Amino acid sequence: MSVITSPRATTEEPGKAPRPEYKVTGRRVLRSEWSKLWSLRSTWITLGLGLLFLVAFGLIAAARYKSSLTSGRQMDPDFADANALTLSLFGVSLAQLALGVLGVLVTAGEYSTGMIRSTLAAVPKRLPVLWSKATAYGVVALIVGLVGAIATFLIGSQILSGTPAELSLSDSGVVRSLLGAGLYLGLIGVIGVALGSLLRSVAGGITVLVAAMMLVPGLITLLPSAWQNNIEPYLPSVAGGSMYALDKAPNTLSAGAGLAVFLGWTVVVLAAAAWRLKRTDA
Amino acid sequence: MIEAHQLTKRYGETTAVDRLDFTVQPGTVTGFLGPNGAGKSTTMRMIIGLDAPTSGSVIVNGRPYAEHTAPLQEVGALLEAKSIHPGRSAFDHLMAQAYTHGIPRRRVEEVIEMTGLESVAKKRAGAFSLGMGQRLGIAAALLGDPATVMLDEPVNGLDPEGVLWIRNLLTGLAADGRTVFISSHLMSEMALVADHLIIVGRGRLLADTTVDELVEQTHGDSVTVATSDPARLREVLAGPGIEITGRAGSEELQVSGLTAREIGLKARDTGIALFELTAKKVSLEEAFMDLTRDSVEYHGSTELSGRAA
Repeated sequence: MSVITSPRATTEEPGKAPRPEYKVTGRRVLRSEWSKLWSLRSTWITLGLGLLFLVAFGLIAAARYKSSLTSGRQMDPDFADANALTLSLFGVSLAQLALGVLGVLVTAGEYSTGMIRSTLAAVPKRLPVLWSKATAYGVVALIVGLVGAIATFLIGSQILSGTPAELSLSDSGVVRSLLGAGLYLGLIGVIGVALGSLLRSVAGGITVLVAAMMLVPGLITLLPSAWQNNIEPYLPSVAGGSMYALDKAPNTLSAGAGLAVFLGWTVVVLAAAAWRLKRTDA
Repeated sequence: MIEAHQLTKRYGETTAVDRLDFTVQPGTVTGFLGPNGAGKSTTMRMIIGLDAPTSGSVIVNGRPYAEHTAPLQEVGALLEAKSIHPGRSAFDHLMAQAYTHGIPRRRVEEVIEMTGLESVAKKRAGAFSLGMGQRLGIAAALLGDPATVMLDEPVNGLDPEGVLWIRNLLTGLAADGRTVFISSHLMSEMALVADHLIIVGRGRLLADTTVDELVEQTHGDSVTVATSDPARLREVLAGPGIEITGRAGSEELQVSGLTAREIGLKARDTGIALFELTAKKVSLEEAFMDLTRDSVEYHGSTELSGRAA
């Protein structure tokens, strides 16, 4: 080949003007989804909100604990066996809402706006879009979760130093629990992406997400206790909670088993989303 | 090149597209014409794989759209329905599309310039007017420098200047040797740009023809002649492919298959006096209406007057 104007230009068909050689690859689809994520204002707002929930509620919990200690009044029963880790991670349950909802928006938002038609016209094989969205957003949610959890713990343990709840990063299980919290929030993000893609509706996706994470654990208590004990540890929110618990509570899974079960839930929803994406008209 | 074979799409009981067979050739502008609800948009969605055919198939440049390594380079499509996220800027929207194919930023800037969107490229696309949105859709369609350009109702919402611009753009693309496939429900619009016509009604193929042939096929041009001796004139003009009609006792005849000039010359040669000799051209709009009359989904209540007999 002699002098060419662009590294991508080739002369495939002699006699015709050279056409640039484009190609869809997995990495490029990921790059595209990454750019889509950051080019919307709602991403910044919701991530900021998630981080705020995570940090603010953790610090408020730590401060409340400390003030109830020093006030000399009867200790709030919620705080009886609190430690710096549980107090710092107090905001996880709220942060998971913000991060899960943004996950739903990432996919279902494309259906509600019509963007999905452009997306699938560019990537008609479809599945790379789902994998890329789940990866791009999952990583973002993981990082936000990790940063938020670690920062809250570091500040929170300053507040709590000298109290019975005092813990440091070097205490056994602390780092593992913080990583577990970050991972949990990352996977919540992936579940949100999958639910949005599966249901193709922002409202539907958010409803199912909230129901699965917050309502089902309540409903389960209506079951006979023998059943309840068998089912409860495997619920997404309970199994997920085991991932960032410092000590294994009775009738819950170990951190590793909790991760395995929660990962299982993620895979199930993602597989259902993939099936629908591939099978039904956009 | 787009090739449809027995392409069919059913939604429950309704058949939106019914065993369509057609080929869209490169190097010309092909109009895809039909009344509202004729299945044009559904067909276009099937071409780029958004909808799967119930049966039959459609291939683009030799293979199904989804099997191309660079789909945007094969077909650039503008669909009738909005296909953007209103919160993203035009530039970011195009850039996100470009990333999937490794299309350079330079090309994104090029299509923005081509479609005249420079001044609004960084604004949220949700705030665009109908015409701006349409230009953004066309920019996205041209992004991959596609061999086939497919536009669903492209002039919708464009001002007269925009309409002229798109006409020139389409003829230019066809002159480049590209396949250009555009849909419309307005014949008048299509007649100005399209060379070839694929006409559908109720999901079925009604005609696969050229603009000239369409007029010929439906009625042909006819000539009205008035003479003192219609019976004799009939004999003189009769021949293969020539159709003559007229009411008994009337001096007037309708002749098709001969030009006014030919009729005039024959009348002079045989010494028949003519009182009137009027060539009547069937407009494309009328030809189209005739063709689709039975397949219009939603009829208006007013009867059209002045239809060519």
